[in-house]
Amino acid sequence: MSDKEPVRDFATDWDHTDPRWVADPYPIWDDLRRRCPVAHTERYGGGWFPTTHEAVSRIANDTEHFTSRTVVIGNGRPLEDAPPAPIGVAPPISSDPPFHQIARRLILPAFAPGPVNALEPMIRDLCRRLLDGLVGHEEIDAGAEFAQFIPPAVIIRMLGFPERDEDLFREFVHVVLEGIDQPVEQRIEQFAPIEEYFAVQIEDHRAHPRDDLTSYLLNVEVGGQKLAPEHVFGTMILILVAGIDTTWSAIGASLWHLATHPEDLARLAGEPDLMATAVEEFLRFYAPVSMARLVKEDVDYLGCAMKRDDWILLGFPAANRDPAAFPDADRFVIDRRENRHLAFGLGIHRCAGSNLARLELRVALEEFLARYPRFELANPADVTWAPGQVRGPRHLPLRLASLEG
Amino acid sequence: MTVRVSIDVDRCQGHGRCFSLAPALFTFDDLGNGVVLDDGIVNEAQCDAAYLAVANCPEHAVSLEESP
Repeated sequence: MSDKEPVRDFATDWDHTDPRWVADPYPIWDDLRRRCPVAHTERYGGGWFPTTHEAVSRIANDTEHFTSRTVVIGNGRPLEDAPPAPIGVAPPISSDPPFHQIARRLILPAFAPGPVNALEPMIRDLCRRLLDGLVGHEEIDAGAEFAQFIPPAVIIRMLGFPERDEDLFREFVHVVLEGIDQPVEQRIEQFAPIEEYFAVQIEDHRAHPRDDLTSYLLNVEVGGQKLAPEHVFGTMILILVAGIDTTWSAIGASLWHLATHPEDLARLAGEPDLMATAVEEFLRFYAPVSMARLVKEDVDYLGCAMKRDDWILLGFPAANRDPAAFPDADRFVIDRRENRHLAFGLGIHRCAGSNLARLELRVALEEFLARYPRFELANPADVTWAPGQVRGPRHLPLRLASLEG
Repeated sequence: MTVRVSIDVDRCQGHGRCFSLAPALFTFDDLGNGVVLDDGIVNEAQCDAAYLAVANCPEHAVSLEESP
Protein backbone atom coordinates (compact mmCIF):
# COMPACT_ATOMS: atom_id res chain seq x y z
CA MET A 1 0.00 0.00 0.00
CA SER A 2 2.83 2.32 0.91
CA ASP A 3 4.33 2.43 -2.58
CA LYS A 4 1.05 3.50 -4.16
CA GLU A 5 0.45 6.93 -5.58
CA PRO A 6 -1.46 9.02 -3.05
CA VAL A 7 -5.04 9.75 -4.07
CA ARG A 8 -5.33 13.20 -5.61
CA ASP A 9 -9.09 13.41 -5.90
CA PHE A 10 -11.41 10.72 -4.54
CA ALA A 11 -14.01 11.63 -7.16
CA THR A 12 -11.85 10.39 -10.01
CA ASP A 13 -9.24 8.27 -8.22
CA TRP A 14 -10.84 6.73 -5.12
CA ASP A 15 -9.06 4.07 -3.17
CA HIS A 16 -10.68 2.45 -0.14
CA THR A 17 -7.25 1.52 1.23
CA ASP A 18 -6.03 5.12 1.22
CA PRO A 19 -4.92 6.04 4.76
CA ARG A 20 -7.27 9.05 4.89
CA TRP A 21 -10.24 6.88 3.87
CA VAL A 22 -9.27 4.22 6.42
CA ALA A 23 -8.88 6.75 9.23
CA ASP A 24 -12.10 8.71 8.62
CA PRO A 25 -14.06 8.02 5.43
CA TYR A 26 -17.18 10.01 6.31
CA PRO A 27 -16.10 13.50 5.20
CA ILE A 28 -14.78 11.99 1.97
CA TRP A 29 -18.09 10.27 1.30
CA ASP A 30 -20.12 13.38 2.17
CA ASP A 31 -18.05 15.37 -0.28
CA LEU A 32 -18.44 12.74 -3.02
CA ARG A 33 -22.17 12.47 -2.42
CA ARG A 34 -22.50 16.19 -3.06
CA ARG A 35 -20.18 16.29 -6.06
CA CYS A 36 -20.62 13.06 -8.03
CA PRO A 37 -22.59 11.14 -6.65
CA VAL A 38 -20.92 8.09 -8.26
CA ALA A 39 -17.14 8.34 -7.96
CA HIS A 40 -14.74 6.65 -10.35
CA THR A 41 -11.27 5.15 -10.13
CA GLU A 42 -8.81 3.59 -12.51
CA ARG A 43 -7.28 1.68 -9.62
CA TYR A 44 -7.90 -2.07 -9.25
CA GLY A 45 -8.52 -2.18 -12.98
CA GLY A 46 -11.38 0.33 -12.85
CA GLY A 47 -14.31 0.84 -10.54
CA TRP A 48 -17.23 2.96 -9.35
CA PHE A 49 -18.36 4.04 -5.93
CA PRO A 50 -22.01 5.11 -5.52
CA THR A 51 -22.51 7.20 -2.39
CA THR A 52 -26.24 7.91 -2.29
CA HIS A 53 -28.92 5.69 -0.79
CA GLU A 54 -30.77 5.76 -4.08
CA ALA A 55 -27.82 4.64 -6.21
CA VAL A 56 -26.71 1.98 -3.75
CA SER A 57 -30.25 0.57 -3.49
CA ARG A 58 -30.66 0.53 -7.22
CA ILE A 59 -27.44 -1.40 -7.84
CA ALA A 60 -27.99 -3.77 -4.90
CA ASN A 61 -31.34 -4.72 -6.43
CA ASP A 62 -30.09 -4.99 -10.01
CA THR A 63 -28.78 -8.47 -10.72
CA GLU A 64 -29.33 -7.97 -14.44
CA HIS A 65 -26.45 -5.51 -14.87
CA PHE A 66 -24.26 -6.49 -11.92
CA THR A 67 -22.84 -9.80 -10.79
CA SER A 68 -21.73 -10.93 -7.33
CA ARG A 69 -19.11 -13.25 -8.85
CA THR A 70 -16.60 -11.52 -6.61
CA VAL A 71 -17.58 -9.29 -3.73
CA VAL A 72 -14.15 -8.28 -2.47
CA ILE A 73 -12.18 -5.83 -4.58
CA GLY A 74 -8.65 -6.92 -5.44
CA ASN A 75 -6.02 -6.34 -8.02
CA GLY A 76 -7.07 -9.24 -10.21
CA ARG A 77 -10.44 -9.91 -11.70
CA PRO A 78 -12.37 -12.91 -10.35
CA LEU A 79 -9.69 -15.51 -10.02
CA GLU A 80 -9.49 -17.50 -13.21
CA ASP A 81 -9.12 -20.68 -11.18
CA ALA A 82 -12.17 -19.90 -9.06
CA PRO A 83 -15.11 -22.27 -9.27
CA PRO A 84 -17.12 -21.13 -12.28
CA ALA A 85 -20.51 -19.50 -11.98
CA PRO A 86 -23.10 -20.18 -10.79
CA ILE A 87 -21.55 -21.50 -7.56
CA GLY A 88 -18.75 -18.96 -7.30
CA VAL A 89 -16.07 -18.78 -4.62
CA ALA A 90 -18.31 -18.47 -1.58
CA PRO A 91 -21.97 -19.30 -2.25
CA PRO A 92 -24.44 -17.74 -1.87
CA ILE A 93 -22.72 -14.36 -1.50
CA SER A 94 -20.79 -14.93 -4.74
CA SER A 95 -23.73 -16.46 -6.59
CA ASP A 96 -26.16 -14.90 -9.01
CA PRO A 97 -29.77 -15.90 -9.68
CA PRO A 98 -31.13 -18.45 -10.16
CA PHE A 99 -28.52 -20.58 -8.35
CA HIS A 100 -28.24 -17.96 -5.62
CA GLN A 101 -31.67 -18.75 -4.22
CA ILE A 102 -30.90 -22.45 -3.90
CA ALA A 103 -27.62 -21.81 -2.11
CA ARG A 104 -29.17 -19.19 0.13
CA ARG A 105 -32.18 -21.26 1.17
CA LEU A 106 -29.76 -23.96 2.31
CA ILE A 107 -28.10 -21.78 4.89
CA LEU A 108 -30.90 -19.43 5.98
CA PRO A 109 -32.55 -21.88 8.42
CA ALA A 110 -29.30 -22.09 10.42
CA PHE A 111 -29.30 -18.30 10.81
CA ALA A 112 -33.04 -17.80 11.35
CA PRO A 113 -34.14 -16.29 14.68
CA GLY A 114 -34.96 -19.63 16.32
CA PRO A 115 -31.53 -21.27 16.21
CA VAL A 116 -29.73 -17.94 16.56
CA ASN A 117 -31.63 -16.86 19.68
CA ALA A 118 -30.76 -20.22 21.24
CA LEU A 119 -27.11 -19.11 21.18
CA GLU A 120 -27.71 -16.13 23.48
CA PRO A 121 -26.71 -17.84 26.77
CA MET A 122 -23.49 -19.13 25.19
CA ILE A 123 -22.62 -15.68 23.83
CA ARG A 124 -23.40 -14.01 27.13
CA ASP A 125 -21.27 -16.50 29.00
CA LEU A 126 -18.44 -15.98 26.53
CA CYS A 127 -18.56 -12.19 26.98
CA ARG A 128 -18.58 -12.54 30.76
CA ARG A 129 -15.58 -14.84 30.72
CA LEU A 130 -13.68 -12.43 28.48
CA LEU A 131 -14.46 -9.57 30.85
CA ASP A 132 -13.56 -11.70 33.87
CA GLY A 133 -10.16 -12.17 32.28
CA LEU A 134 -9.65 -8.41 32.24
CA VAL A 135 -10.59 -7.72 35.85
CA GLY A 136 -8.14 -5.45 37.60
CA HIS A 137 -6.89 -3.79 34.42
CA GLU A 138 -7.18 -0.02 34.32
CA GLU A 139 -6.68 -0.02 30.59
CA ILE A 140 -7.84 -2.61 28.10
CA ASP A 141 -7.74 -2.93 24.35
CA ALA A 142 -11.44 -3.42 23.73
CA GLY A 143 -10.71 -4.32 20.10
CA ALA A 144 -7.93 -6.84 20.51
CA GLU A 145 -8.87 -8.14 23.97
CA PHE A 146 -12.67 -8.17 23.80
CA ALA A 147 -14.51 -7.54 20.53
CA GLN A 148 -12.32 -9.66 18.31
CA PHE A 149 -12.73 -12.78 20.46
CA ILE A 150 -16.51 -12.95 20.32
CA PRO A 151 -17.43 -13.77 16.70
CA PRO A 152 -14.72 -16.40 16.09
CA ALA A 153 -15.76 -18.25 19.22
CA VAL A 154 -19.37 -18.27 18.03
CA ILE A 155 -18.58 -19.29 14.45
CA ILE A 156 -16.20 -22.05 15.52
CA ARG A 157 -18.93 -23.55 17.66
CA MET A 158 -21.50 -23.29 14.86
CA LEU A 159 -19.16 -25.01 12.39
CA GLY A 160 -18.12 -27.59 14.99
CA PHE A 161 -14.38 -26.93 14.74
CA PRO A 162 -12.00 -27.34 17.69
CA GLU A 163 -12.35 -24.39 20.06
CA ARG A 164 -8.58 -24.15 20.43
CA ASP A 165 -8.39 -22.95 16.80
CA GLU A 166 -9.88 -19.52 17.44
CA ASP A 167 -6.53 -17.74 16.99
CA LEU A 168 -5.99 -19.49 13.69
CA PHE A 169 -9.44 -18.38 12.60
CA ARG A 170 -8.69 -14.74 13.20
CA GLU A 171 -5.48 -15.14 11.21
CA PHE A 172 -7.46 -16.56 8.27
CA VAL A 173 -9.87 -13.67 8.31
CA HIS A 174 -7.00 -11.24 8.27
CA VAL A 175 -5.51 -12.96 5.23
CA VAL A 176 -8.76 -13.01 3.30
CA LEU A 177 -9.92 -9.49 4.00
CA GLU A 178 -6.91 -7.36 4.61
CA GLY A 179 -4.53 -8.74 1.98
CA ILE A 180 -6.59 -7.27 -0.83
CA ASP A 181 -3.83 -5.11 -2.16
CA GLN A 182 -1.39 -7.91 -2.79
CA PRO A 183 -0.62 -9.50 -6.15
CA VAL A 184 -2.91 -12.32 -7.23
CA GLU A 185 -0.15 -14.98 -7.02
CA GLN A 186 0.55 -14.05 -3.43
CA ARG A 187 -3.14 -14.16 -2.62
CA ILE A 188 -3.42 -17.72 -3.91
CA GLU A 189 -0.39 -18.69 -1.85
CA GLN A 190 -1.90 -17.12 1.27
CA PHE A 191 -5.10 -19.09 0.82
CA ALA A 192 -3.34 -22.45 0.85
CA PRO A 193 -3.23 -22.94 4.66
CA ILE A 194 -6.93 -22.03 4.89
CA GLU A 195 -7.81 -24.64 2.29
CA GLU A 196 -5.69 -27.24 4.06
CA TYR A 197 -7.25 -26.50 7.42
CA PHE A 198 -10.79 -26.69 6.08
CA ALA A 199 -10.00 -29.93 4.22
CA VAL A 200 -8.90 -31.52 7.50
CA GLN A 201 -12.07 -30.37 9.28
CA ILE A 202 -14.27 -31.57 6.43
CA GLU A 203 -12.58 -34.96 6.47
CA ASP A 204 -13.07 -35.21 10.22
CA HIS A 205 -16.76 -34.38 9.87
CA ARG A 206 -17.17 -36.93 7.08
CA ALA A 207 -15.71 -39.58 9.36
CA HIS A 208 -17.57 -38.37 12.47
CA PRO A 209 -20.79 -36.56 11.50
CA ARG A 210 -22.31 -34.44 14.26
CA ASP A 211 -24.94 -31.82 14.86
CA ASP A 212 -23.24 -28.73 13.45
CA LEU A 213 -23.17 -26.59 10.33
CA THR A 214 -20.29 -28.49 8.72
CA SER A 215 -22.07 -31.84 8.95
CA TYR A 216 -25.24 -30.17 7.73
CA LEU A 217 -23.50 -28.83 4.61
CA LEU A 218 -21.88 -32.20 3.94
CA ASN A 219 -25.15 -34.08 4.17
CA VAL A 220 -27.81 -31.72 2.88
CA GLU A 221 -29.27 -32.63 -0.49
CA VAL A 222 -30.60 -30.49 -3.30
CA GLY A 223 -32.69 -32.40 -5.84
CA GLY A 224 -31.46 -35.69 -4.41
CA GLN A 225 -27.78 -34.75 -4.67
CA LYS A 226 -25.28 -33.70 -2.06
CA LEU A 227 -23.50 -30.40 -2.54
CA ALA A 228 -20.39 -30.22 -4.70
CA PRO A 229 -17.21 -30.16 -2.57
CA GLU A 230 -16.40 -26.64 -3.79
CA HIS A 231 -19.86 -25.53 -2.70
CA VAL A 232 -19.35 -26.90 0.82
CA PHE A 233 -15.88 -25.36 1.02
CA GLY A 234 -17.07 -22.04 -0.39
CA THR A 235 -19.96 -21.72 2.04
CA MET A 236 -17.64 -22.47 4.94
CA ILE A 237 -15.24 -19.78 3.72
CA LEU A 238 -18.20 -17.41 3.54
CA ILE A 239 -19.24 -18.17 7.10
CA LEU A 240 -15.65 -17.68 8.26
CA VAL A 241 -15.16 -14.39 6.47
CA ALA A 242 -18.60 -12.86 6.73
CA GLY A 243 -19.25 -13.92 10.30
CA ILE A 244 -16.13 -12.75 12.03
CA ASP A 245 -14.49 -9.41 11.46
CA THR A 246 -17.79 -7.85 10.40
CA THR A 247 -19.38 -8.33 13.81
CA TRP A 248 -16.15 -7.69 15.68
CA SER A 249 -15.94 -4.38 13.79
CA ALA A 250 -19.50 -3.47 14.74
CA ILE A 251 -18.86 -4.22 18.41
CA GLY A 252 -15.59 -2.27 18.35
CA ALA A 253 -17.02 0.74 16.51
CA SER A 254 -19.95 0.90 18.94
CA LEU A 255 -17.58 0.89 21.91
CA TRP A 256 -15.45 3.52 20.16
CA HIS A 257 -18.54 5.72 19.81
CA LEU A 258 -19.46 5.33 23.47
CA ALA A 259 -15.88 6.04 24.54
CA THR A 260 -15.88 9.28 22.57
CA HIS A 261 -19.48 10.37 23.35
CA PRO A 262 -19.91 10.38 27.14
CA GLU A 263 -23.48 11.64 26.91
CA ASP A 264 -24.52 8.60 24.83
CA LEU A 265 -22.57 6.28 27.13
CA ALA A 266 -24.30 7.71 30.20
CA ARG A 267 -27.73 7.41 28.60
CA LEU A 268 -27.24 3.84 27.40
CA ALA A 269 -25.69 2.68 30.67
CA GLY A 270 -28.54 4.32 32.60
CA GLU A 271 -31.40 3.35 30.30
CA PRO A 272 -30.97 -0.25 29.14
CA ASP A 273 -34.30 0.01 27.27
CA LEU A 274 -32.52 2.20 24.74
CA MET A 275 -30.44 -0.75 23.60
CA ALA A 276 -32.83 -1.76 20.80
CA THR A 277 -32.70 1.60 19.01
CA ALA A 278 -29.05 2.11 19.95
CA VAL A 279 -28.02 -1.13 18.26
CA GLU A 280 -29.76 -0.10 15.04
CA GLU A 281 -28.19 3.35 15.18
CA PHE A 282 -24.73 1.88 15.76
CA LEU A 283 -25.37 -0.29 12.71
CA ARG A 284 -26.49 2.68 10.64
CA PHE A 285 -23.81 5.10 11.72
CA TYR A 286 -20.88 2.69 11.77
CA ALA A 287 -22.03 0.06 9.27
CA PRO A 288 -18.80 -1.89 8.85
CA VAL A 289 -19.37 -3.61 5.54
CA SER A 290 -19.16 -2.49 1.93
CA MET A 291 -19.68 -5.18 -0.68
CA ALA A 292 -18.51 -5.25 -4.27
CA ARG A 293 -20.15 -6.14 -7.55
CA LEU A 294 -18.81 -6.44 -11.08
CA VAL A 295 -20.40 -4.80 -14.10
CA LYS A 296 -21.66 -7.60 -16.36
CA GLU A 297 -21.49 -5.82 -19.72
CA ASP A 298 -20.67 -2.28 -20.87
CA VAL A 299 -23.58 -0.09 -19.84
CA ASP A 300 -24.48 3.55 -19.29
CA TYR A 301 -25.78 3.54 -15.76
CA LEU A 302 -26.52 6.42 -13.38
CA GLY A 303 -24.80 8.67 -15.91
CA CYS A 304 -21.61 6.61 -15.85
CA ALA A 305 -20.05 4.78 -18.79
CA MET A 306 -19.49 1.51 -16.97
CA LYS A 307 -17.34 -1.14 -18.61
CA ARG A 308 -17.62 -4.88 -18.33
CA ASP A 309 -15.72 -6.12 -15.24
CA ASP A 310 -15.51 -2.67 -13.65
CA TRP A 311 -15.84 -2.94 -9.88
CA ILE A 312 -18.73 -1.41 -7.98
CA LEU A 313 -17.98 -0.66 -4.36
CA LEU A 314 -21.47 -0.84 -2.81
CA GLY A 315 -21.12 1.70 -0.06
CA PHE A 316 -23.83 0.67 2.38
CA PRO A 317 -22.10 2.73 5.09
CA ALA A 318 -22.11 5.78 2.79
CA ALA A 319 -25.78 5.25 1.91
CA ASN A 320 -26.53 5.15 5.64
CA ARG A 321 -25.27 8.73 5.95
CA ASP A 322 -27.25 10.08 3.00
CA PRO A 323 -29.30 13.07 4.19
CA ALA A 324 -31.85 12.35 1.46
CA ALA A 325 -32.69 9.09 3.20
CA PHE A 326 -32.16 9.91 6.89
CA PRO A 327 -33.06 13.11 8.72
CA ASP A 328 -29.99 14.35 10.61
CA ALA A 329 -28.00 11.70 8.78
CA ASP A 330 -24.69 12.94 10.13
CA ARG A 331 -25.89 12.86 13.71
CA PHE A 332 -25.88 9.76 15.94
CA VAL A 333 -29.37 9.61 17.43
CA ILE A 334 -29.43 6.93 20.08
CA ASP A 335 -33.24 6.71 20.17
CA ARG A 336 -33.85 7.06 16.41
CA ARG A 337 -37.26 5.48 15.86
CA GLU A 338 -37.29 5.23 12.08
CA ASN A 339 -34.16 3.56 10.84
CA ARG A 340 -34.21 1.79 7.49
CA HIS A 341 -30.45 1.46 7.44
CA LEU A 342 -28.60 -0.73 4.97
CA ALA A 343 -25.92 -2.11 7.28
CA PHE A 344 -26.84 -5.63 6.20
CA GLY A 345 -27.29 -4.74 2.55
CA LEU A 346 -30.46 -4.77 0.53
CA GLY A 347 -32.18 -7.20 -1.79
CA ILE A 348 -31.42 -10.85 -2.37
CA HIS A 349 -27.97 -10.71 -0.75
CA ARG A 350 -29.17 -9.33 2.60
CA CYS A 351 -26.59 -10.52 5.14
CA ALA A 352 -27.65 -14.05 6.00
CA GLY A 353 -26.11 -13.68 9.44
CA SER A 354 -27.85 -10.45 10.40
CA ASN A 355 -29.82 -12.03 13.26
CA LEU A 356 -26.61 -13.45 14.70
CA ALA A 357 -24.72 -10.18 14.24
CA ARG A 358 -27.42 -8.20 16.03
CA LEU A 359 -27.48 -10.70 18.87
CA GLU A 360 -23.70 -10.65 19.32
CA LEU A 361 -23.60 -6.85 19.18
CA ARG A 362 -26.40 -6.43 21.70
CA VAL A 363 -25.11 -9.01 24.17
CA ALA A 364 -21.51 -7.77 23.91
CA LEU A 365 -22.62 -4.19 24.64
CA GLU A 366 -24.96 -5.22 27.46
CA GLU A 367 -22.25 -7.19 29.18
CA PHE A 368 -19.57 -4.57 28.64
CA LEU A 369 -21.76 -1.77 29.98
CA ALA A 370 -22.90 -3.84 32.94
CA ARG A 371 -19.24 -4.18 33.89
CA TYR A 372 -17.99 -0.78 32.75
CA PRO A 373 -20.65 1.95 32.72
CA ARG A 374 -17.91 4.56 32.26
CA PHE A 375 -14.86 4.49 30.05
CA GLU A 376 -12.96 6.69 27.63
CA LEU A 377 -10.23 6.40 25.03
CA ALA A 378 -6.87 5.92 26.69
CA ASN A 379 -5.14 7.64 23.82
CA PRO A 380 -7.05 8.53 20.64
CA ALA A 381 -3.87 8.26 18.57
CA ASP A 382 -3.55 4.57 19.44
CA VAL A 383 -6.86 3.63 17.83
CA THR A 384 -6.32 1.89 14.50
CA TRP A 385 -9.01 1.08 11.93
CA ALA A 386 -9.03 -1.91 9.61
CA PRO A 387 -8.51 -1.09 5.96
CA GLY A 388 -10.59 -2.56 3.17
CA GLN A 389 -14.26 -3.34 2.91
CA VAL A 390 -14.87 -4.07 6.58
CA ARG A 391 -14.26 -1.08 8.80
CA GLY A 392 -13.82 -1.27 12.54
CA PRO A 393 -11.24 -0.53 15.21
CA ARG A 394 -8.55 -3.19 15.49
CA HIS A 395 -6.95 -1.54 18.49
CA LEU A 396 -9.18 0.33 20.89
CA PRO A 397 -7.37 1.14 24.13
CA LEU A 398 -9.89 2.23 26.75
CA ARG A 399 -9.25 3.70 30.17
CA LEU A 400 -11.58 2.15 32.73
CA ALA A 401 -10.05 3.62 35.85
CA SER A 402 -12.38 6.61 35.89
CA LEU A 403 -15.06 4.12 36.89
CA GLU A 404 -13.86 3.86 40.47
CA GLY A 405 -13.33 7.63 40.70
CA MET B 1 -62.46 1.15 9.86
CA THR B 2 -60.01 -1.74 10.22
CA VAL B 3 -56.25 -1.47 9.79
CA ARG B 4 -54.23 -4.52 8.84
CA VAL B 5 -50.50 -5.07 8.46
CA SER B 6 -49.24 -6.92 5.44
CA ILE B 7 -45.92 -8.11 4.05
CA ASP B 8 -45.04 -8.07 0.38
CA VAL B 9 -43.36 -11.49 0.18
CA ASP B 10 -41.59 -10.55 -3.04
CA ARG B 11 -39.84 -7.69 -1.27
CA CYS B 12 -39.19 -9.28 2.14
CA GLN B 13 -35.56 -10.40 2.51
CA GLY B 14 -35.68 -11.43 6.14
CA HIS B 15 -34.15 -8.38 7.82
CA GLY B 16 -36.31 -9.26 10.80
CA ARG B 17 -37.27 -5.77 11.83
CA CYS B 18 -41.05 -6.31 11.81
CA PHE B 19 -41.18 -9.27 14.18
CA SER B 20 -38.60 -7.66 16.48
CA LEU B 21 -40.49 -4.39 16.75
CA ALA B 22 -44.03 -5.76 16.66
CA PRO B 23 -43.95 -9.33 17.95
CA ALA B 24 -47.69 -9.29 18.54
CA LEU B 25 -48.31 -8.70 14.85
CA PHE B 26 -45.51 -10.61 13.11
CA THR B 27 -43.54 -13.80 13.40
CA PHE B 28 -41.04 -15.53 11.11
CA ASP B 29 -40.82 -18.64 8.96
CA ASP B 30 -38.00 -21.19 8.94
CA LEU B 31 -35.93 -18.99 6.60
CA GLY B 32 -36.31 -16.02 8.92
CA ASN B 33 -38.69 -14.10 6.64
CA GLY B 34 -41.46 -12.08 8.23
CA VAL B 35 -44.96 -13.55 8.50
CA VAL B 36 -48.12 -11.73 9.55
CA LEU B 37 -49.73 -13.30 12.61
CA ASP B 38 -53.40 -14.26 12.47
CA ASP B 39 -55.46 -11.78 10.45
CA GLY B 40 -53.00 -8.92 10.85
CA ILE B 41 -55.61 -6.62 12.35
CA VAL B 42 -54.00 -3.83 14.33
CA ASN B 43 -55.77 -2.90 17.55
CA GLU B 44 -55.36 0.47 19.13
CA ALA B 45 -52.62 -0.65 21.52
CA GLN B 46 -50.59 -1.98 18.60
CA CYS B 47 -50.66 1.14 16.41
CA ASP B 48 -47.22 2.37 17.39
CA ALA B 49 -45.59 -1.05 16.98
CA ALA B 50 -47.25 -1.45 13.59
CA TYR B 51 -46.02 1.95 12.50
CA LEU B 52 -42.46 1.09 13.61
CA ALA B 53 -42.55 -2.19 11.68
CA VAL B 54 -43.46 -0.25 8.54
CA ALA B 55 -40.97 2.55 9.14
CA ASN B 56 -38.01 0.28 9.82
CA CYS B 57 -38.27 -2.23 7.00
CA PRO B 58 -35.24 -1.60 4.78
CA GLU B 59 -36.99 -3.24 1.82
CA HIS B 60 -40.28 -1.31 2.22
CA ALA B 61 -41.99 -4.68 2.37
CA VAL B 62 -44.31 -3.96 5.28
CA SER B 63 -47.42 -1.85 4.87
CA LEU B 64 -50.65 -0.89 6.53
CA GLU B 65 -53.93 -1.36 4.74
CA GLU B 66 -57.19 0.26 5.70
CA SER B 67 -60.53 -1.28 5.00
CA PRO B 68 -63.93 0.03 5.97
